[in-house]
Amino acid sequence: MNIHEYQAKAVLAQYGVAVPQGKVAFTVEEAVEVARELGGKAVVKAQIHAGGRGKAGGVKLARSLEEVEESSRALLGKVLVTHQTGPAGKVVKRLLIEQLTDIKKEYYIGLVLDRAIGRIVMMASAEGGMEIEEVAAKTPEKIFREQIDPATGLIPFQARNLAFQIGIPSELVNKAVKFMMALYAAFVDKDCSIAEINPLVVTGDGNVLALDAKLNFDDNSLYRQPQIQELRDLDEEDPKETEATKFGLTYIALDGNIGCMVNGAGLAMATMDTIKYYGGEPANFLDVGGGATEEKVTEAFKIILSDKNVKGILVNIFGGIMKCDIIANGVIAAARQIGLDKPLVVRLEGTNVDLGKKILNESELNIVAADSLADAAQKMVALV
Amino acid sequence: MSILVNRHTRVITQGITGSQGLFHTKQAIEYGTQMVGGVTPGKGGTTVEGVPVFNTVADAVRETGANASVIYVPPAFAADAIMEAVDAELDLVICITEGIPVLDMVKVKRYMQGRHTRLIGPNCPGVITPAECKIGIMPGYIHTPGKVGVVSRSGTLTYEAVYQLTVRDIGQSTAVGIGGDPVNGTNFVDVLKQFQDDPDTEAVIMIGEIGGTAEEQAAEYVRDHMTKPVVGFIAGATAPPGRRMGHAGAIISGGSGTAESKIKTMESCGIRVAPTPSEMGSTLYSVLEQKGLLERCKISK
Repeated sequence: MNIHEYQAKAVLAQYGVAVPQGKVAFTVEEAVEVARELGGKAVVKAQIHAGGRGKAGGVKLARSLEEVEESSRALLGKVLVTHQTGPAGKVVKRLLIEQLTDIKKEYYIGLVLDRAIGRIVMMASAEGGMEIEEVAAKTPEKIFREQIDPATGLIPFQARNLAFQIGIPSELVNKAVKFMMALYAAFVDKDCSIAEINPLVVTGDGNVLALDAKLNFDDNSLYRQPQIQELRDLDEEDPKETEATKFGLTYIALDGNIGCMVNGAGLAMATMDTIKYYGGEPANFLDVGGGATEEKVTEAFKIILSDKNVKGILVNIFGGIMKCDIIANGVIAAARQIGLDKPLVVRLEGTNVDLGKKILNESELNIVAADSLADAAQKMVALV
Repeated sequence: MSILVNRHTRVITQGITGSQGLFHTKQAIEYGTQMVGGVTPGKGGTTVEGVPVFNTVADAVRETGANASVIYVPPAFAADAIMEAVDAELDLVICITEGIPVLDMVKVKRYMQGRHTRLIGPNCPGVITPAECKIGIMPGYIHTPGKVGVVSRSGTLTYEAVYQLTVRDIGQSTAVGIGGDPVNGTNFVDVLKQFQDDPDTEAVIMIGEIGGTAEEQAAEYVRDHMTKPVVGFIAGATAPPGRRMGHAGAIISGGSGTAESKIKTMESCGIRVAPTPSEMGSTLYSVLEQKGLLERCKISK
């Protein structure tokens, strides 16, 4: 799960991570009010769940209340297109109004999971403000890492190592260490999956601040993070994906026209791949999970069909513990209830497959049966 | 022969009185697995499906001589259950549970350092040595005993591969689901090493997916250390970057972990990669033919 920059900064501040003063604003009036509290000058930052906002014109410097008003008016309601939003962009509905910072130098600090060793790694670089992926690709020697033992947590000497390696001025190293220790504490306590401070800045008055902050959270841990759950911004999420979650379905919208309903995440990905291999374009990823009931199948159909681009649906089920006859009945009930008028290709395999196929054949619905995943994909591609 | 589990494996179920634990314990008994007990704290002294239930794993191990455990407890309690099983010094722990917090698994991995227990999973279908021992949620009937090893990050894609082998009269030595989470107990290399050392495994199918670099490391292992042919498949060629595709571990981040780069590395290391998941069985079949291994791997009917 993602949250906004202003929310991330508030979460981090609870742990003692130094951030610039600022507040969220939902209207131009609120923006001006916050700027007045900050002394009249401010940075106006568009809050959307995507990086690259600066380059896309989503961050504006305002040297007077008039400029704050002007920038806020220009940004609120504007569609911001960055390299992370996709071509459709995202509408700006919230602004972060923040004090101006006298930046001396920019750095990068990040925390991620290193999957190969199963530990959290703190990364640091003097190349602040740049995409870390770009730094990693072009100048990997400029990124320094410390692996963190979960039994001890980040140890101050590790933070010191990083601070010296990236060239934090000696007199500010202690502040940087405190910053990093606080960042790690927040990461672990709030079950983050990614924390990025890019840039971390050293200021003219000798402070170490998070000028930007990005936090992602582990979805598996949200059950024990009520404070984080409350920060969810549904405006930033696809309503179809939100709806799917309510029914225990995993749905991800894509750009194509062939709807997919599959059991198992790996098989669902493989089904999308096979559609593409035969020249089609999948409209979604949808995993109905292991215990698909008639209700779940019906909801899955409704969600797939709420995407207006969908011209046909491919159902691919490998029934293990789940029996094919139950799936077949679910598909028929769902198709009838919804009044499905689009081509439906069904590939069933596994437990009670013959019974399942028989049920589909006798349904008098316009269902095309397929024998394998390849067969199903080819038949579906031919129909749309 | 086989790897990890066989007819002598003595298994307990942690979370045996829950609906999942109960159902799959029953299925395992029907398959012929030696289920010797179960654990549910507070239900010790009762009996479920004819097997005794204990309050702790330590009790269960002492009373039944179990050497393996399968975990079906809910995600919030699963890390605790794994560490309890590791502390009881079981040889093998298979965790089926999906949705365990990542930082819990980071702690588990640390806790396991220097201890001899092997963990499979979490978020996996389990392990099966056909006709001998089934531990997990896979449908038993699609498997046939034989000489091809299967290792996969995905449950249903494992079934798909096994099924494609069985319909071609190619049996399986052992099928291992290592799970779809970013931090797991056993990786591809661990399993490939065991298949290489198993005299009755002649070839391997390895099924990966986007995210991480486990497949690349496995491919290098195959190139440097394996004499047995390996056939592969990678799911997720069409997945958009930055989106978690169901499995917590299936996410392309920062341009790494793409299907394209994995397939490229695997092919350059001598692994034949099936172009679609429908062709995993046929690709392996043709490799066996080429290597003159087909007759040895075909089931005599």
